Parts: sequence; structure tokens; C-alpha cells
Amino acid sequence: MDQKKSPEYDVIIIGAGVIGSAIAREISRYELKIGVLEKELDVCSETSGRNSGVLHAGFNNEPGSLMAKYCVEGCLGFDKVAEELDIPFSRTGKIVVGFDAEDKDKLIRLKEQGDQNGVPGLEIIGKERIKELAPYVDGEFAMYSPATGVLNPFIYTIALAENAHHNGVDFFFNNEVIAIKHLENTSKNEINSEKSYEIKTTQGCYATKWVINCAGLNADKIARMLGINDYTIYPCRGEYFILDKKAGEFLKLPAYPVPNTKEGGLGIHLTPTIDGNILIGPSTEYIEERDNYSSTQEIMDLLIKDGGRIFPYLKREFFIRNFAGIRPKLVNKDVGGYADFVIEAREEAPHTILLIGMESPGLTSAVPIARRVIEMMSEKEYLIEKVNYDPYRKGILCFNEQPLEKKRKLIQQNSNYGEIICRCETITKAEILEAIHNPLGVETVIGIKNRTRAMMGRCQGGYCETRISEILMQEKDKPENEVIYARQGGKMFVGKVRD
Amino acid sequence: MVINKDVIIVGGGPAGLATAARLKELGIHDILILEREKLAGGILRQCIHDGFGLTRFKEALSGPEYAARFIDQVNKMGIDYLTDTTVLEIDSTKHVIAVTKNELLEYQAKAIIMTTGCRERTRGAISIPGTRPAGIYTAGVAQAYVNLKNIMIGKKVVILGSGDIGLIMARRMTLEGAQVLAVLEILPYASGLPRNIEQCLNDYDIPLLLSHTVTNIKGKERLKRITVNKVDENLKPIPGTEIEYDCDTLILSVGLIPENELSLLAGVELDSRTRGPIVDENYQTNIKGIFVAGNALHVHDLVDFVSIEAENLAEAALTYIQKGSIPECSVLVETDESVGYTVPQKISCEKDITLSMRVKKPLKNCALQIIQGDDVIKTKKMRKALPAEMIQIGLKKEELRSSENIKVVVRHD
Repeated sequence: MDQKKSPEYDVIIIGAGVIGSAIAREISRYELKIGVLEKELDVCSETSGRNSGVLHAGFNNEPGSLMAKYCVEGCLGFDKVAEELDIPFSRTGKIVVGFDAEDKDKLIRLKEQGDQNGVPGLEIIGKERIKELAPYVDGEFAMYSPATGVLNPFIYTIALAENAHHNGVDFFFNNEVIAIKHLENTSKNEINSEKSYEIKTTQGCYATKWVINCAGLNADKIARMLGINDYTIYPCRGEYFILDKKAGEFLKLPAYPVPNTKEGGLGIHLTPTIDGNILIGPSTEYIEERDNYSSTQEIMDLLIKDGGRIFPYLKREFFIRNFAGIRPKLVNKDVGGYADFVIEAREEAPHTILLIGMESPGLTSAVPIARRVIEMMSEKEYLIEKVNYDPYRKGILCFNEQPLEKKRKLIQQNSNYGEIICRCETITKAEILEAIHNPLGVETVIGIKNRTRAMMGRCQGGYCETRISEILMQEKDKPENEVIYARQGGKMFVGKVRD
Repeated sequence: MVINKDVIIVGGGPAGLATAARLKELGIHDILILEREKLAGGILRQCIHDGFGLTRFKEALSGPEYAARFIDQVNKMGIDYLTDTTVLEIDSTKHVIAVTKNELLEYQAKAIIMTTGCRERTRGAISIPGTRPAGIYTAGVAQAYVNLKNIMIGKKVVILGSGDIGLIMARRMTLEGAQVLAVLEILPYASGLPRNIEQCLNDYDIPLLLSHTVTNIKGKERLKRITVNKVDENLKPIPGTEIEYDCDTLILSVGLIPENELSLLAGVELDSRTRGPIVDENYQTNIKGIFVAGNALHVHDLVDFVSIEAENLAEAALTYIQKGSIPECSVLVETDESVGYTVPQKISCEKDITLSMRVKKPLKNCALQIIQGDDVIKTKKMRKALPAEMIQIGLKKEELRSSENIKVVVRHD
């Protein structure tokens, strides 16, 4: 390691998921040099982007747990975050439906737990109310939670990261951490030049005082690199179906079954996305590999069966895609259920904060968790607030959602708004270009998809994928054989047909 | 500003161009074709192989040559068309909103003709298990990359589905130096045309595995390997029949779906069998003055029939434009379980018509019969009938009576 060439940071955050991005944004309020290391080519490539996109109210978690505390805080405080970051979000409410007496007992207990956690407005409702809220959902009774909402987890994480970047945070993608060295003999004259760690990645070295481990599925490995050996992550996969927006008309709020507490998930449920699709899932399956996002025939069949139980209006013609996410669980299959979030600073690795087991409700809890990290840092570090911190970020303007006269004006101002690239979702070239040239930079076709919704519709890129890959090549001056679909090494093309 | 037009044609492919030329011949001059691509011609632009035009022009043309015949005609006749123009909305009053690079356009048409073609069924729609790496393409997308963008998508290819575009791509990829390991078809018979099986697979020794499908996809970044199983009579994979293929590319040719998203906005009703609109013998949908032809109506086997269908539509559209309405058709055309569908679905029995249909399964030595009440009014005997091939039966108005529905049935051993 050539230590002289290592860029120096006050804080290095490992992992650009929703937790890492929220922490990056929160710390960027202070006069610190901050870097984020991410092994994938974009933010929220793993757990943070592969979930139901639900802003949980906080009734599922044990009273007194960090999960319950931060989830409730995150949910209640989300309107402000959404406004600052200009992200789509809707407080749809949610129903947890039951069919028999045993279910009813569980729902009553669930409501009590929610009340205790401080979740507002929970009520037990009957069949008639269910039919009012969700006419196509089956169930004898339900618990209704008005505070629950839906959001787009990609856009949320992207917005957090973009805003952090806007406030001076450096993001390094394709940088997998392979070793962390604790530096012993550093100068301690100036508090901010004191570098305690050198982090080696697949791309280079980074010197830093603080290390914040938000490595999600690999948080245990990073902890071990810091000399902390007492955590093991158990990857637990959840598969989903995505349904066409045509099915979205039949469901306006998330509908869950009564959870099986032993299972370690919330049961296969139906969630309308903020964009109008419906998700069915996730399953709960402990697996060996931490990045095996396969869908399987057995689980697909199960999703159709279980999803159909509460939503009989499930038709095959609505299926447009499958995906899977992996929960970084701290409990194994035999223990089951949930372990609480681990957010700790340990004596044996000074100036580190570990965030381990950040599974659901991590998306909802990200901002309060980030605030907790600041609190923990401030115990050891005098944090000076920046005078020019800007909490606001502007999202990509969605042409399709504008009124006719605004559309007309946009095209007059910028002809790229007059070029429809994605027909299913009506995404214009202007939006594609804005995604490509966003502050963090996009290197992949999936990165454009996650920022714009292009290719997410029913034709799944049949019309627009060729156009989008071509625009990416032009804008980034890439040859054919360097166009990446999603992950490093995932080349879309082998070259030209003929030179 | 709203611009008035006699007729707006949405889609400048073989159907839209043909209907425009015929309308002009019939004396309609205020025609506008709106095409979203940078050039007219539709999907034919990427179909650089030959075999088009044998019925319509009595000679073998490539796709672009076939399209050029109609484009030249449209240009010569001075018919207006806009390219790089995407229609955003149509409604039941025939109000059309479209965008170009220069402006947002609004039209009020007397009639709209929807010739929007079809789209491909995707991996997600058929839910193939496995990972989602780079290297999985639908056949039409693969064809666009190779033929229009000069981009080579892979070197070791397996093709799922024996649809015509898949077969054409098997040959195309082979000619460009890729190795096509196999074409897989879940059904016990091919879904593409026999001539394509011969010319695209057999001539290049590419194996066609019937009753086989992909059961797993592996590869985290780029496709690495697929698992293939034989399927039973219910199309369920049979355990123990796994074959593994090391490949970097999977091309899907698993069906085409008529593209009708705009028509749906206007309230057009679709037929669940064709997934195109329900039309009468005038190719009019349930929304008066909205007509449809070509692959947007039902997926055709040959482009020649697309153009001919679109030309046939013009006369009724002319009447509608001139008189503001056309006579109702109240006789329904029903089918038995051997016939997949018929188009049109409603007729008047007041004029000669041609019924287009497909059988659901391959049949040998069969007869298609048109029945009205207890009478067999027409019998078409066939040595073989394939789902891949569209069947047409012409009926004279003298043979029909307007009092009873018609049924198409199949007699076979």
C-alpha cells in the first residue's frame, strides 16, 4: 500500500444503500470530508432497492426495540424528508387481513403492540370497511393503519445520495472493500488530520479517521476486517412478482396477511407501488449465497397461491417481471423472527460505528438511524455545522405527469421532451439525459431504468432498450463492448456486428 | 391549436401505409400518418431477410424493399406523414395528442385508423425462473440491435420459442459468426412457418427441441448457463430430463401481443383471444370511427395479409368519413374449441366477407365448416392445418342470412 497516495477522509461510509446514503446526507451537515465506498456500480443495488417499498408505521416491532423506535420516528417524519428531497411518496394506509378467530387474536395483539410503540390511528375493522378500503381484497376483518405509506426505494436512496453529494460527499462505486488496516502511529496534533484506518478496495486505498459500516449483506465481513468477530449475517431471500399497472387499479393500499412471527418476514403480501404497479411477495427463504437473486419455480407458485388468497383478482396476464431481494438477518432459520438493529461503537475498534442486521424496517428507519449515528460520533468528535448545508434536492421532472400546456411548453424549451423514448411509461429523452448526467453519474442501463422508470412497463424495454443503450453509448462515449446492464462484468454486447 | 383531419393513421408500417394509399385512391385527401420511428416502414425496417411480398407483389422482397414499395407510393401520391412523432393519447371523440421534437400537436379527426402493430411477449410475462443477468433479449430486440444498430449481442446463443422472428434470428446470428446451440419449443409442434424451420434451422443444422423449455437461468452479471427440461403433456417440466447449455445469450421468441394501449385509452374493447380489438366486417371497433388493421388487430403470419387487410379497411373508412356512420353489424361469428379465433368477430351478412382464423393445434385431414343454424354454408377441406398459418375463408353474401349467428367448427379424425 502506498500510503501517500491514499485520499484522506474524516469519515468513510462503507455501503451506499439507503442506510449509508442517509448517513452520508446527515453527516454532510457538518464540516467533515466524507467518502462513500460501494462495491456495486450504483446506489441501492441490493437490499435497499429490492423490497416492497413500504413506509412502515412500526406496529410489527417489539416495544422498546430500536426497530420500533426508529420505524415510528421515520414514518412520522417522512413528509418533511420527502418534501426536501422532492420524491414521490403516498400515505396510502395499510390493512392486515385475517380470516379466523386465531387471526383476530393476533390482530388485536398486533394493535396493542402498535399502540404501545406510538403508532397513530390503528383500528380493527370489519369486512365492510375492508371492502370500502380495498374492494378486491378478501378478509373477514383487518387491522387498519392509516400512517403506513408507499415510496420508490430507488428514488429515495438516489435522492439521499444525490443530496449528500451536493453537500460535498464523494461516492466511489465499483470499490469493494477487501482489507482495513488500523494505523497505530498517527499524528494527534490536529484532530481532523488524525487518520486511524486505511481501507483497501478493489480500486485503491482510502485513509480515514472514522469508519461507518453500513455494508448490509456484508456488514459482518467488514466488522471482521475491523477486528470484531461476533456477528454473522444470514441471507434470507424474498421473491416478488411485479404486476402491470392495469392490475394497479384494483388495489390502492398495501394488504398483508396476519404475520407468522416465527417466519422472519411479514408474510406474502400485496403492495401497490407509488408508480401504480402491484408487487406480490416477498417469500422468506434462508439461502447460502449473499448475492443469489434467482427466482425459483417453487416460490413463484407459492406467491401466486398465497397472493391469490387475499387478492383473488390475480391474473397471469398481469405479470410483467420477477425480482428478489435478500434480507441481511442476524438470526438464523432455527431461531427465526427478527433480531433488533445493531448500531454500536466498540472499544476494540475506536472511531467506528457498526450498523448490522439492517433489514426491514431499515428503509423507513434510515433517517432516524442516521441521526443516531451523528449522536454517537458527536460523543467523540466536535462537529461543526456547515453554514451552507442545503437539504433540498430536485428530482427529474416527469413529463408524463404534467398538464398539457406544461408539456407543450417543455417541448418548446427543450426539444428532447418531444422525443418519447419509453412508450409504456411515456419517458422522454430529456429525462433519460438527466438521469445519465445526474450528479452521481450513471454507468449502467439499469441505473437509467431506476431513475426514470424507462423499461419498467409492460413491454420491458422491447421498444426503448435499444434506444437507451444507444444514448448511453453516445453520452458516455462508450464502445459497444463497454455497455453494462447492471453489475460490473455484465456486458450487454460483445462489439460491432461488422466494423 | 387543434388541426382538423379527415383521417389520422397511427403507425406508418405496412398496414398504415397500405390503408393510406388506398384511401387516397378512393378520393380522401386529408390524411395524416403519424409514425414514432425516424423512418416509415415499421418492423419491416429490421427484417432484412427476404420472402416478403410473394402474395401481394408476386415476388420475393426483403422487408425494407417491401416497405419501400408502399413508402414510394405514399410519397408519389403526396400523402402527409410525420416521423419521429409519438401519439400520447386518443379518445372516443377522435381527439389526438402527439408530440414531435418541435411541438405538441393536437388533432381532431373524423376517423382514426390504428395500425400500431404488435409487441413481443417478455421473459417476465412467462416467468422463467433464475437470475436476471445481461444477455437475455427478445427476438425483435436482438434483431434491432444486429440489423439496425450494428451491435453484436453475443456469441453462444440458445433460442426459446420457435416463433418466426426467433427462427430468423437463429440464422442471422449463425451468419454473423455466433454459435446457435438450439431452438427450444415448449409445445409439441413449431409455432413458426414450415419454410422458416427449413431455411433457418435445418439448412444450418440447428437443432429444434420440441416439448422443451428453459427451467433455470444462471449468471449474476452476464448469462452463463441455462437449464432446459422436457415437458409433459400439461407443459410441466419433467424432473430428471435436465440439459445444461453454456451460453452467453438467450433469445426469446415466445409470442406477439397486438399493441393497443392507445386504443384502450379511447375505450376500445379487446377480444381476450386475439388480444386485439373486437371488430366488425368494416374493421371498426366498438368506438365508432376508430378502425384497426394489421398486427394491432391480430398477429399475422405474413406481411402481405397485413397490407391486404389494411387496404380492405379503406372502403368502410371512406363511407364513415363521408356519411358519419356505417351500418351496424349484429351477426356474431363464434368458434368451437379447435379454432383459436376469427376476425372479424361481427358481420352484417349484407356483403361478401373474408374470415381470418387460426386453429389451436396442428390438424391433419380436417375440414373447417361455417355453420348458420342447422345449415353448413361452407366447408374448407385441408390436408393439414397449422397454428402458425392463418386460414382465410371467403363467404358470399348470398350464402348468408342476417338472422342468426355464425359458427366456425372443425371436423377432424
